[in-house]
Amino acid sequence: MLRYTLRRLLQLLGVVLVLSMLIFGWLRALPGGPVSALLGERGTEEGRRELTAQLGLDQPIFVQYGKFLGRALSGDFGMSTGVQPGDAAVEIFLQRFPATVELSAFAIVLAVLFGIPLGYLAARRRGGWLDNLGVVGSLVGVAVPVFFLAFLLKYLFAVQLGWLPASGRQTGGLEATRVTGFFVLDGLLTREWDAALDALAHLVLPAMALATIPFAVIFRITRAAVLDVLDEDYVRTAESKGLTTDVIRRRHVLRNAMLPVVTTIGLQTGALLAGAVLTEKVFAFPGLGEALALGFERRDYPVLQLLIVMAAMVYVLVNLVVDLSYAVIDPRVRTR
Amino acid sequence: MALLEVSDLTVVFRRRGEAPFTAVDGVSFAVEPGQTVGLVGESGCGKSVTSLAIMGLLPRRGATVMGSVRFEGTELLSLSPRQMRDRRGRDLGMVFQDPLSSLNPVVSIGLQVTEVLERHRGMPRRQAMVEAADLLDKVGIPDPRRRLDEYPHQLSGGMRQRALIAMALACRPRLLIADEPTTALDVTIQAQILALLAELVRDTGTALIMITHDLGVVAGLCDEVNVLYAGRVVERAERHELFRRPRHPYTHGLLASIPRLDAPRGERLVPIQGSVADNIPWDHGCAFAPRCPRALEACVEITPHMGEEGGRLLRCHNPVQENQEVPA
Amino acid sequence: MTGSVSRSGARPPLLGGRKERLDALAASSGKGDAGVSLAASAWRRLRRNPVFLVGAAIIVLFVVVALLSPWLAAHDPSARLLEGQVSRARNEIPPAQEGFPLGGDQVGRDLLSRLLVGSQQTLMVGVFATVIGLAGGLVLGTLAGALGGWVDSLVMRVVDVMLSIPSLLLAFSIGALFPRPSQFTVILAVATVQIPIFARLLRGSMLAQRGSDHVLAARALGVRPRAIVFRHMLPNSLGPVIVQATLVLAVAIIDAAALSFLGLGNPDDSIPEWGQMLGGAQNVIDSHPSLAFWPAGCIIVVALGFTLVGESMRDALDPKNRR
Repeated sequence: MLRYTLRRLLQLLGVVLVLSMLIFGWLRALPGGPVSALLGERGTEEGRRELTAQLGLDQPIFVQYGKFLGRALSGDFGMSTGVQPGDAAVEIFLQRFPATVELSAFAIVLAVLFGIPLGYLAARRRGGWLDNLGVVGSLVGVAVPVFFLAFLLKYLFAVQLGWLPASGRQTGGLEATRVTGFFVLDGLLTREWDAALDALAHLVLPAMALATIPFAVIFRITRAAVLDVLDEDYVRTAESKGLTTDVIRRRHVLRNAMLPVVTTIGLQTGALLAGAVLTEKVFAFPGLGEALALGFERRDYPVLQLLIVMAAMVYVLVNLVVDLSYAVIDPRVRTR
Repeated sequence: MALLEVSDLTVVFRRRGEAPFTAVDGVSFAVEPGQTVGLVGESGCGKSVTSLAIMGLLPRRGATVMGSVRFEGTELLSLSPRQMRDRRGRDLGMVFQDPLSSLNPVVSIGLQVTEVLERHRGMPRRQAMVEAADLLDKVGIPDPRRRLDEYPHQLSGGMRQRALIAMALACRPRLLIADEPTTALDVTIQAQILALLAELVRDTGTALIMITHDLGVVAGLCDEVNVLYAGRVVERAERHELFRRPRHPYTHGLLASIPRLDAPRGERLVPIQGSVADNIPWDHGCAFAPRCPRALEACVEITPHMGEEGGRLLRCHNPVQENQEVPA
Repeated sequence: MTGSVSRSGARPPLLGGRKERLDALAASSGKGDAGVSLAASAWRRLRRNPVFLVGAAIIVLFVVVALLSPWLAAHDPSARLLEGQVSRARNEIPPAQEGFPLGGDQVGRDLLSRLLVGSQQTLMVGVFATVIGLAGGLVLGTLAGALGGWVDSLVMRVVDVMLSIPSLLLAFSIGALFPRPSQFTVILAVATVQIPIFARLLRGSMLAQRGSDHVLAARALGVRPRAIVFRHMLPNSLGPVIVQATLVLAVAIIDAAALSFLGLGNPDDSIPEWGQMLGGAQNVIDSHPSLAFWPAGCIIVVALGFTLVGESMRDALDPKNRR
């Protein structure tokens, strides 16, 4: 198990290395080269020359790459040029990180909480109304552009019905005292219940929009996995032993069916940031996704650079966690 | 009273958009306490479906079971699913063909044995574990305490099948059904498993239904043999009788197609022509007729009835004559 | 509708699960003893599958409309015929009226004509993005799968890293490389994201086949390696590739809309495209939701059509479902 973990971490290192090369190449390919990309339109001639020297653009490409790596490792990704001009990119990341984590966690919990039970029920009553509705729904859900769905939810529940707030993370004047940066948690910790509730209300709509695709995927994987497992010989063996339906379902069907579902949950979690770019923009939710969206709109390359690296890192890390948790559930992986 | 009495058992599968398919077509046989009965035939002859019908393991949707299965006088087919669940694993045990796929890969061997004990004998987990180790020991698994914590993939094929047998026998059922228990195993392991089954059955007095396509398995184990063809019993006889004088051309063919070490060199094996796919249903003549070397005009027109002669049941218009030895 | 979703772990395109999904799909290739019989039996099952038929009907309708749209559209999609009825101050757009059943957009162009003509560009974006992605993936995947060794390792490392960036994010990053976005840069951004996906699929399929009997037999017979790749391995990968391409078409259309939404789309809207129309409607969506609903509806229906066909084909090709 330990060796497995170490090997995976080593692989992670390789991925990061290749990723840094891709980002480096991406920066060089940017319009106007890295200097204008990093300085934006506001760069003065003097600043340009200074940065060119600082970046060592007159030096051989390997040296340049080395310097790039060095700066990245020390957390220096430059100053934001468009999202929050003047702030360090790292600063922006740290500020917004808790918001997106809070939103993503809520979204994935929603997706899991509804996806697994519904997928299981659909499989148990294969061909029933729930099954057909779920399958059709999950196919349609995937065909709907995420940002349109976000708009739809906002239009319906915030603009038309006015049940939930349409944008932001909290209502002005109701801010909880900052402790962790997770507003719902902060409100709970400081016993400012109204602030916690307010922050939660702000999460509901974006989380629903963000959860749609993970939900659809988790539903379908659970359904397919349960159907597969129900056909397995060992379920018949369990039946031949006269076990209670409860034991058969929990121990023999669900435990096996959960294996692919766990992988799916991990992959979906890792990919949430892509959906967050669109969702957070629609709800003006001040997280990493919105920073990315603004970054793309305003061509804020320092911020983009950092956030894309982080997105990939998170994805790979989540995958690592999934593989490790897989080893915990599946003895075939654990004891290999 | 017989332990198990199957009479006129019929299983019809219906699938949407397809013609109904009769997998078992009026099969009758009985098993006495402690007796070992073989069900023999090619794949698709209905032997496995018969066993699943007895166990009540056929899918409720899509399969219609008719006839009667009496176990110690109780009609199993009219029991509720819950009542049947209480009997499975306690009164009737079953061992399946592929030990790897028949064991849950993510549940330890120990738990898979103890769950039966907890369910039917109400044992607490601790006591069940001790009993489970004892059971594994009985089926010849070395170092049983350590095995309890292991998972199926850590066991060899033979060990897995032993573990499955331990599970099936955990509650000392009075009837054990073994569905091709050796087919997925290496030849050397096959013999060991058969020996183990024979020993356990003898020691515990459990009756055994042995389902196989392999007459060699039957020869070493069974008291009585039922030969099935296309969902019907075509010949039934005491083991030695059957091997010495197979009367049905199908049985005769099965025996003739087995290679024998004592056969003279250069002698050819005699295969049965065609395969089950050529079957015509039993409604019009004998289902085996298209493949039968002894088929007469009558065989394709009149469905043969089961006849009895000298303790042997036979369903044939033109049986192999008594004096005809198996060509060997 | 039963069984419309692949039981071998169907995941919708574009979001995560790509690696496993691709490997599973790749492994399904080359399992048939003969490509012809596999295709034939798959087709037999497809013909009776309502999911496939609905999807196919949508696609056929979409393509027909796209081809005939210049004649179907009543008005020039770029002419501001109803400009007089647009009022910025009062936040008004032209309502539905005689000759303009859906009304006009925020600058007074006929919405219905724009939707009809928009199908053409939408189809183009989908098809070109898929073809470019497929071509790139074909080259990389075939090289990696056929050559193996260090070429394989190198290609697959890069592919894995590309797959580790959420695909939409990757598309945005590619799109951001171009100072002046256009329809072409949109297509390129969407296509690039698909390259690693196709590469992995083809390589997986090749690897699955390298050890298979029919390839071993060809090698034993002394068939040249190039002939083995092109005559024996690639044709067997065709099924999974077609499935993936169909699903990618849906993804491409949705991704193009997302690019437009972020301002990375084609700014020139004289020739309409649905994604661009949807992205362009974001500022007026609260007051005039219909301007977003119509193009969004079109995108959803067409994407659903391609998804239904892709999923049902995947199901049909799945050896587990063969009876």
